Amino acid sequence: MAATAATTDESVVFDKKAWMGGVEPMNASYGKLMMWFFLISDTFTFSALLVTYGLIRYSYPAYSPEIHGAVFHFSNIYWPIPDHVFNALPFLHGLNAPLIFVGLMTFILIFSSVTMVLAVEAGHRRDRQDVEKYMLWTILGGFAFLSSQAWEWSHFIHGTEEGSTIRELVAGQWTQHTIFGANLAENQYGPPAFADLFFFITGFHGTHVFSGVLLNILIFYRTSTGMYERRGSYEMVEKVGLYWHFVDLVWVFVFTFFYLV
Amino acid sequence: MANTPYTDNHGGTDVAPPPANTKIIWRTFIILCIITGFEFLIAFTMHAGPLRVAIFVGMTIIKAFYIVGEFMHLKHEVKSLIWFIMLPVIFVMWLLLALMYEGGSIFQLR
Repeated sequence: MAATAATTDESVVFDKKAWMGGVEPMNASYGKLMMWFFLISDTFTFSALLVTYGLIRYSYPAYSPEIHGAVFHFSNIYWPIPDHVFNALPFLHGLNAPLIFVGLMTFILIFSSVTMVLAVEAGHRRDRQDVEKYMLWTILGGFAFLSSQAWEWSHFIHGTEEGSTIRELVAGQWTQHTIFGANLAENQYGPPAFADLFFFITGFHGTHVFSGVLLNILIFYRTSTGMYERRGSYEMVEKVGLYWHFVDLVWVFVFTFFYLV
Repeated sequence: MANTPYTDNHGGTDVAPPPANTKIIWRTFIILCIITGFEFLIAFTMHAGPLRVAIFVGMTIIKAFYIVGEFMHLKHEVKSLIWFIMLPVIFVMWLLLALMYEGGSIFQLR
């Protein structure tokens, strides 16, 4: 009969072993695959923030020397040039160092990503001492980045000594007042939306770095108590490593879209 | 990757840890640093414009390729996993570009 012939053909194609357990889809373990799923959903969240930034940024005029005056100054009618906003360094008050501090933060995060991948590699070799060493470096890098960001925020919130004078039409009357620094409602550097996006995007990224540091500390603790040695696999280092690299990756995008473009 | 000494260790083999194989990691690190340095160079020497934005975005994508490909090891995963990550990201990039363009239109209408 034709029907029986069809079933026998199917049974040739049907690989029984694939459904008996122990097979990893996409050649990745359950935990790693779930981490990828989580990261792709986190990508969407960060993209939503960056897409919002792109939309709002281009709905404001850019600074142009012909229209707004040859010397750049902060104003709430056009989008600020990041070089002029992020130009301070800790302990060096009054020095104009455009983007140097952000560059340092980028370097710190890339370097901590390298030590993380070295820890993963050491985990593949089941070298417990190396995993501990590199995890400590990664944690140190995470803390260095977080404290840099804390300084950056504090500087951004307090603003420059001169502040910016803003002319506003309040109840039919033109009023003038000076703004120092930025918060969610006022911003000395440019339109209020610029500060809002700064707080939301770098804040959300900083939260990710913070939870990444907590996870790294957990991994370090479990490695040093020999938990993964007993388990016979250092795969947890790899999974948390994926998360940590993702945080680094997001910073690469934030750096480009917020500080360079 | 063929030369990664990854052992599954379900059998629990008791061998001394093999020497580290970190050449490719440091190479990737140097590439990332050079690209970042180059971005700085462009930020200070080139005037703002669509070309500069395109260069920055291009270099960011190269950096992302190295981070995801080498550090997150995606380059060495199976094809279906690579596409499962890549496809949504491509559409998101499209959305980003489309809404930046849309923002420009809002500016024109104001």
